[in-house]
Amino acid sequence: MLEARRLECTRGERRLFSELSFRLGRGQLLRVAGANGSGKTSLLRIMCGLLAPSAGELRWRGRPIRAEREEYSRSLVFIGHLNALKDDLTALENLQVTAALAGMSAEAGRMLAALDRFGVAHCAELPAKVLSQGQRRRVALSRLALSAAVPLWILDEPFSALDAGAVAELERLLAAHLASGGMVVLTTHQEVQVVAHAVLRVDLDAHTAALLAA
Amino acid sequence: MSKSERFSWFRFSSPQTFYPLAGTLQPWFAAAATLLCAAGLYISFFVAPTDAQQGEAYRIIFIHVPAAWMSMFLYLVMGFWSGVGLVLNTRLSSMVATALAPTGALFTFIALWTGALWGKPTWGTWWVWDARLTSELILLFLYIGFMALQAAIDDQRRADKAGAVLALVGVINIPIIYFSVKWWSTLHQGASVSMKSAPSMATTMLIGMLVMALGFWMYSIAAVLARVRCVILERERHTEWVMEEVGGQA
Amino acid sequence: MIRALGWVLRRDLLLAFRRRGDVVNALVFFVIVVSLFPLGVGPEASQLRNMAPGVLWVAALLACMLSLARLFAPDHQDGTLEQMLLAGEPLVVLVMGKVISHWLVSGLPLVLMAPLLGLQFDLPGDALAVLCLSLLLGTPVLSLIGAVGAALTLGVRGSGVLVALLVLPLYVPVLIFGAGSVGATAAGTGAEAHLLLLGGFLALALVLAPWASAAALRIAME
Repeated sequence: MLEARRLECTRGERRLFSELSFRLGRGQLLRVAGANGSGKTSLLRIMCGLLAPSAGELRWRGRPIRAEREEYSRSLVFIGHLNALKDDLTALENLQVTAALAGMSAEAGRMLAALDRFGVAHCAELPAKVLSQGQRRRVALSRLALSAAVPLWILDEPFSALDAGAVAELERLLAAHLASGGMVVLTTHQEVQVVAHAVLRVDLDAHTAALLAA
Repeated sequence: MSKSERFSWFRFSSPQTFYPLAGTLQPWFAAAATLLCAAGLYISFFVAPTDAQQGEAYRIIFIHVPAAWMSMFLYLVMGFWSGVGLVLNTRLSSMVATALAPTGALFTFIALWTGALWGKPTWGTWWVWDARLTSELILLFLYIGFMALQAAIDDQRRADKAGAVLALVGVINIPIIYFSVKWWSTLHQGASVSMKSAPSMATTMLIGMLVMALGFWMYSIAAVLARVRCVILERERHTEWVMEEVGGQA
Repeated sequence: MIRALGWVLRRDLLLAFRRRGDVVNALVFFVIVVSLFPLGVGPEASQLRNMAPGVLWVAALLACMLSLARLFAPDHQDGTLEQMLLAGEPLVVLVMGKVISHWLVSGLPLVLMAPLLGLQFDLPGDALAVLCLSLLLGTPVLSLIGAVGAALTLGVRGSGVLVALLVLPLYVPVLIFGAGSVGATAAGTGAEAHLLLLGGFLALALVLAPWASAAALRIAME
């Protein structure tokens, strides 16, 4: 469904990776690994369509993503390093705006339920600037609880700054998403169960893609 | 190269092949520029008649007007090449656009300087807020803005593309700015202090200006070819062919 | 699409409301700059009356330009701009939403404040009305053109001054006809031509600027 053909990324004068190809199908999880600075974030941004690769192409359902950028954007959720939260808006308001821009209903009840799954429902009326690092991350991630219908999830270090309970909840979400035919791409330094069974792994240090048995 | 390969101008769209071509062509344009400018200056100083009202000082028009023409023309060319670089994603077009900017700014500056030099003996002031000079001043700001933007952005590709957007916005704005300034100057100044009140164009004067304009055009091409070679060397410095080229001369 | 524009507008207005200080500061800047001129050139009434259209317009222009720093940069820093690029909606529409909210917060207050300041310069009543109208037509153009400049310089070192350098030359036509309209009214000749031209600039900017800003944002976010 998501196919990369001979992707190459050059940032400034450094060639981060080249001749990278993989195919990600329904129910599969792709883990991007590599040392800091090896191009993991750049690869994720290429997959989102934010960055154009210096060579090669990316295809979604057989069509190049450059041809239908808007439709491709609707098929994915990206959560990066930055939480994309406005300091002066409450957690609830932040989630409402995010949902509305993604074309979903912004009804308060649904938002609260999503926040509740990550245990931050009590923060709903608090402005984001008074929340802790971990709480902000959880508010950002609660978007995933609304995104079951979105096929492709692209997550950059989603487990960072999370406590054990939140890690478990995120794992449950990821597993459920994969089980229902969704796709996940993520980077992480932590060895988490759902990731340990990653079907696909791309190791940017070695510029190789190795298929690991599920 | 096999015999069946047809010659295509697109061969020169890569920096590597353009570099030697630019090097070969450049001296020819420089020579043409020298000849034409010399001819233009000769016409302007010796052939064109003295003006009854403005005396000899008006002769500066032979530099002022062609320089102003070139400054506008080069901005359009710059806009064109950076647009091509943006749409077709070619590196060389953007390099040419970057190389054009300083020459364009130079002509704008010359136009402003010669305008001031004309103003002093003719109207007693070093600066006159007439339509052409004011438009040239704003054009200078546009050039400086383009160069400043490219200089401020570290990532080369982003600098090229951002510059292209700016140049294209500028191209659309230049007619609007020129029209606005012209309107503003007729309203406020009246006809007495306008540089358009140059002596009515005798044919020799027109020919003189055209010859100078052509000379400036040749100079621009020569300067841009030389500069784009430097830009190519700098940007492609990590490629093999550049390292050989530079290493061979060390 | 309209729904998305509405949400962007609502979010930005809510944020501006919660940070009223930022908004008020721009307005105070406008007032201070206008007040500097009489201090600089002397209080002679007829001179001030002549200068007034230009002074008020230049001050409005500068105030608008300063507020451009709030347009995209905060969104860029906290990651919301990235999400806007990834929303399934056309970026042009979202940019339009941001520009509208920017104008409502930074431009419209100037339109409302200007007549009061015009009184300080002893402008006649009809000139004040035209001043308002010219600013009403002109400040959206300033926001639109400014958005292109802000998008181009996103995250760049020294972007504050660089935006000024890029955007002020492009503001010149609006300045000429905006101030010209007030001057013409004060002098007794009509201002219709000026206002029509300002309207024309607005139409042109509405069509071209969001598109250029969206392109510049994508370039900046690569």
